[in-house]
Amino acid sequence: MNQPTLDKSTFMEKRTWTRFSPVERTARFIFYFVTVAVIVVSLQTIEVIPEFLLDAPEQIGDMLNRMWPPDVSYYPSTIHEAMLETIHIATLGTLLAIVMAIPIGVMVAENVTQNKALNWFARLILVSSRSINSLVWALLFVAILGPGPLAGAFAIAFRSIGFIGKLFGEALEESAPGPIEALRTTGAPWFSIMTMGYWPQVVPTFWAIVLFRWDINLRESAVLGLVGAGGIGVALNTALELFYWDRVSMVLLSMLVVVAIVEVLVTQIRKRII
Amino acid sequence: MTQPATLQEPIAQGAKSKALVIKNLSKEYVKGKPVLTDISLEIEAKGITAIIGPSGTGKSTLIRCINRLVDPTTGDILFNGQNLATLSGRQLRNARRHIGMVFQEYNLLERLSVMENVLSGRLGYVSVWRAWLRKFSAEDVDKAFALLEQVGMADFANQRADALSGGQRQRVSIARALMQSPDILLADEPTSSLDPKTSVEILELMTDQAKLNHIPVIINIHDVSLAKRFADRIIGMSSGSIVFDGKPEDLQNDHLKSIYGGEDWLT
Repeated sequence: MNQPTLDKSTFMEKRTWTRFSPVERTARFIFYFVTVAVIVVSLQTIEVIPEFLLDAPEQIGDMLNRMWPPDVSYYPSTIHEAMLETIHIATLGTLLAIVMAIPIGVMVAENVTQNKALNWFARLILVSSRSINSLVWALLFVAILGPGPLAGAFAIAFRSIGFIGKLFGEALEESAPGPIEALRTTGAPWFSIMTMGYWPQVVPTFWAIVLFRWDINLRESAVLGLVGAGGIGVALNTALELFYWDRVSMVLLSMLVVVAIVEVLVTQIRKRII
Repeated sequence: MTQPATLQEPIAQGAKSKALVIKNLSKEYVKGKPVLTDISLEIEAKGITAIIGPSGTGKSTLIRCINRLVDPTTGDILFNGQNLATLSGRQLRNARRHIGMVFQEYNLLERLSVMENVLSGRLGYVSVWRAWLRKFSAEDVDKAFALLEQVGMADFANQRADALSGGQRQRVSIARALMQSPDILLADEPTSSLDPKTSVEILELMTDQAKLNHIPVIINIHDVSLAKRFADRIIGMSSGSIVFDGKPEDLQNDHLKSIYGGEDWLT
């Protein structure tokens, strides 16, 4: 049975191996060439002024000098309230985003929603949400709702839909098909398959996504005040415009502390749920 | 329920005997490349039927056509007075409630408790609200406990499914299928992921439960000796067709040769 007929010519043939085919080699060369060209052209367009660049260390030293010591009294008088507002904007915005992102995430997942038109519609919403920066969303909502934290919360929510919806949809698509099949064989209706089949599979990922986005939103809502959408950004903007560098440094320091606390908090919660 | 007039007669037959009747069933995943060609079968309302055959021969496709996890290309599947091949939507869901299924990879919801997994067998009957809030009726819960008792998993009711071993998982999945109070039990390679001893235990459990509940079982299995030991009837498949259909004791080496091809392995 097992008698391989060894052809001498194939046995003796000299075989060569190269990592890349000639076409791949050419493509790689073109890629590197274009990369270098892009860097050269970019450097020409931004017109670096050498004097300013050489001056920079001195300027940094000067700024740090003005920033130190931070104006601690600015915290109780202004920052504290603004910081709470920022946290509220981020939290409310994230909650609002969850409500809107869940149906869109379900709609975009091709294994759950087997309708190409709906998949593309949901994808369009997600891409639109993500392609517009939080600051731009804030400008739009300040125009619609007037300046204040509500505009900020909406800006955060609309930017987050794309993020949460996309990752939630991907989690749904990656869930194991076997248990879903098992539920289908029991005659379960669609919604029961969602709540008992898909949801338990994606729930840790879902909360991880939400926590991560909340973390990002805290940092993003800190700058929304620059365009009048409430929060700590307003305090930062005022201090910057009046050249109170010691207040600026106090604001930055407070933000650093809050972000650090949130980081620890989020890591702890994530450990518990997974 | 309105059925096409042409199907009245065979449906009436199917209803009378409670048997499963498969007529001229074919399935092509890719056009022109049939996986099943013109399968006709009648399976009585009792007993264990084992389907044997090499991998990729269409055993899984055949069994999945019965509960329509796979849609057949042509043919009829008559069961409980209905043609399963033509059902859709709510009618299909209602028909599926009467067909239990056990899978090779158990297909339990890993992050849910054993109890929730068993209760999920009732999802075809429970409203979506009650399912979401896990408000199953006391009757269902009692039945679930009784079944867990019967499959020997009563102590594990509150454990998460991902804490169980393969054999334990398969026991839970059998309890889930029985929770449907099915009229037939399908099993797609139920022992292929288990060790030999556990495989025998699982097959014993399935055959015992089938007798107890008076329901027929169709098992896809590639272990010929297990098939001979547990089945009342063996169906041998090769490249999408039935090449043997008879009692286990009639299955000879010649048949196995035509089912699996070659003969070196038959020693």
